Amino acid sequence: MTLSTIAESRSTNFAELCENRWKGRVTAKLDAAACHVACAPPDLPAICEWLSEEMGYAFATLIVEEESKPGWLLTYVFYKDAAAPWVYVELRLDARVATVPSISGLANGPAADWHEREAEDLFGLSFAGHPRLGEFVLHEDWPEGVAPMRHSFDARRMLDIPEAPNPAWDPPTIFSAPGSFAMPVGPVYSDFGEAAHFLLETVGEDVVRTIQRFFYKYRGVEKIAEGRPIDSVLLLAERFSGIAAFAHGLAFCQAVEAICGVEVPPRAQALRGIFAELERLRHHAATITGICNSTALVVATAQAALIEEDLIRLSCQVTRHRYLFGAVAPGGVTCDLTDTHRQHLLTEVGDIARRSDELHRMLRYSSSFLDRLEEVGIVSPDAAIAYGLVGPIARASGAMRDMRKIRPYAAYGTVDFAVPVEQEGDGYARLRVFFAEIEQSAAMLHQILTALPAGDIRARDIVVRPGAALAAVEAPSGAAFHWVRLRDDGAVARYRITPPSFTNWHGFHIATENFAFQDFPIILASFGLSNAECDR
Amino acid sequence: MANWVLKGLRAGIKTSGYRSAAEAAPGLSPGQPRGTVLPSQDAAALVERCPSGAIVSCEGGVAIDQRRCVDCFRCCADVDEPAVPWRDGYEWAAYAGDAAAMRRKLDRAFGHSLHIRFLDAGACGACMSEARQLDNPYYNMHNLGFFMTPTPRNADVLLVAGPVSDAMRLSLRKTYEAMPTPKRVVAIGACAASGGVFGPSFAAGGGVGEVIPVDVVVPGCPPPPLAILHGLMVVVGRKPPSELISRPANVEANPE
Repeated sequence: MTLSTIAESRSTNFAELCENRWKGRVTAKLDAAACHVACAPPDLPAICEWLSEEMGYAFATLIVEEESKPGWLLTYVFYKDAAAPWVYVELRLDARVATVPSISGLANGPAADWHEREAEDLFGLSFAGHPRLGEFVLHEDWPEGVAPMRHSFDARRMLDIPEAPNPAWDPPTIFSAPGSFAMPVGPVYSDFGEAAHFLLETVGEDVVRTIQRFFYKYRGVEKIAEGRPIDSVLLLAERFSGIAAFAHGLAFCQAVEAICGVEVPPRAQALRGIFAELERLRHHAATITGICNSTALVVATAQAALIEEDLIRLSCQVTRHRYLFGAVAPGGVTCDLTDTHRQHLLTEVGDIARRSDELHRMLRYSSSFLDRLEEVGIVSPDAAIAYGLVGPIARASGAMRDMRKIRPYAAYGTVDFAVPVEQEGDGYARLRVFFAEIEQSAAMLHQILTALPAGDIRARDIVVRPGAALAAVEAPSGAAFHWVRLRDDGAVARYRITPPSFTNWHGFHIATENFAFQDFPIILASFGLSNAECDR
Repeated sequence: MANWVLKGLRAGIKTSGYRSAAEAAPGLSPGQPRGTVLPSQDAAALVERCPSGAIVSCEGGVAIDQRRCVDCFRCCADVDEPAVPWRDGYEWAAYAGDAAAMRRKLDRAFGHSLHIRFLDAGACGACMSEARQLDNPYYNMHNLGFFMTPTPRNADVLLVAGPVSDAMRLSLRKTYEAMPTPKRVVAIGACAASGGVFGPSFAAGGGVGEVIPVDVVVPGCPPPPLAILHGLMVVVGRKPPSELISRPANVEANPE
């Protein structure tokens, strides 16, 4: 039996298993992408609980679609590992039904918490049983009752948003003990911090509760993508998060390729792997720079920053752009590697791996540095699972989740690499994961570059057809899920992006609570997340 | 700790020569399209192909509105003829308004050191990453007398990236108002200059200029660190500005 037939037989079993377990209450159907489980709203929480508790599935994303024939389609996406099929729990609702049971209260439900809040805010759907709905993506100045993701809302419409501070705004706090106070951080920072607001509640030394407020940078990417042609949406996919431009551009292209049945040539697949790993190297180097900077270790910051800038320049030399904009396109990539480039990359990446290793070795013996990271900012393995965390943050807390292994794409099916996992979940574990991933990426680049297949770099004559598909890509900070639905005329009908920063920021407050006030900037740096990516 | 001192010394001086001399290390900049002479048919095709409206037809060919260019390379890469030529370099910063008035304004007050406040008004992260690089040993902006300041009360220059998302409009205005006069605003990146690929829409504006007065614009998506450095040098009058619109005639008269 080949691998694919094994997977197929397991998947068939899964559809049967599901129908047997939920006799008469669900219809399970299997296709190439996933096992579609259609159910009625009252059964939804039980099915989701069964998937995450008994079957070991992780929640990926909630996709809300307003159908052209009045009504809603809600798709709850779950994934597990390379052998198990993905599961889409589908809920079709009448247009008049605006309430859905919440799944956030389940044991592993917190993963869906922000998804439900977002859907409530942007679509006007209500989630019964959710503890905290209301202002989330759209801040308090946004007019009540206007749901911008509804088809009836015109994306070009300018709303009359008051420009004066709102005197009524009073952030919710839980403490009223004498001496307690709430310390606001952001949204404007003293250096190059990204816009976000943290309210740190404290009674003295330790942060007791962190209230996070994001979406200062909400640019409505999912909304403005609607009705645009693929080419134009690709620009948005690459630019909503410039530091992970290639990963998100690639995810969008993979979704389009899945819909249109495009076969990507082997050389293009290999080049995609090269560019994606270059991006990961640069992202991790930037995160390490940030961690060193947050502990005021000046020489280490400078050395890490040199590695980062060298990687940016390297990206520019091979793809023309310092952040790999424009390198990916549906069907393949837009720039080929010459033999000179290939040789140059091999030498430079080897050199960078060596320098990163040396930096890591020196950091490991700097006790003043380690004191700030060890046993600080802990995310326990249980919390990482419950919040559905992804990427290096999850892997530093013992949760081995990597889309390159779970659903191999680009060159990842053919190269040999390990996914570093640590158990402690503190700042130091995260730092070790970042360094270990640099080592793995460099080794992976060496493998791909020495066995680069010849041939085309892009499939031509793509026939665009209507349909929908989900692509999953391991962006530098974790799993990115892109859902694309194309209309009959080839324009994008719905574009749903679940970036890793959205998933991981949700769990960030756990790492800060019960740690000292002055650890906050270091914990923040050790997450290495992007607000632009989260806010979209 | 002695190890770190040794490590720093061993790494040597890395600072770019870009102060008086030109800097030409590979990978510094993606370059910039420039206006060119073209038959009207080709010009129309290029205008059609540009997704951000940066290419505009003009007498004799096409001109480039640098504020709108988002570095998609669709006018030069991966296509058959016709194409727009790209020039290397990074000295892109230009006055946001009338040159004579701006020169009069900028000639006063700041000649040497600047204290800079950075504000993220919905930037994608690439502009911020490039601005952050100014602190790294290669660009070493302190060496030029440019410093980041933690408070708007001490700031001479507000460096802004992003199209100005709705939620950041108030923060932007309040930060600007908190700065003492004289003050300057430098808008970096296509989003801050024109709204880029995002604005104007229901969620984001069409650039910083819609909210506060802008003095110097640094185009690019994102502008490389040396272009931002050029922008700051333009503020203090240490470098001449570039043009926001690149016309075919400009190219003939002024090759760089």
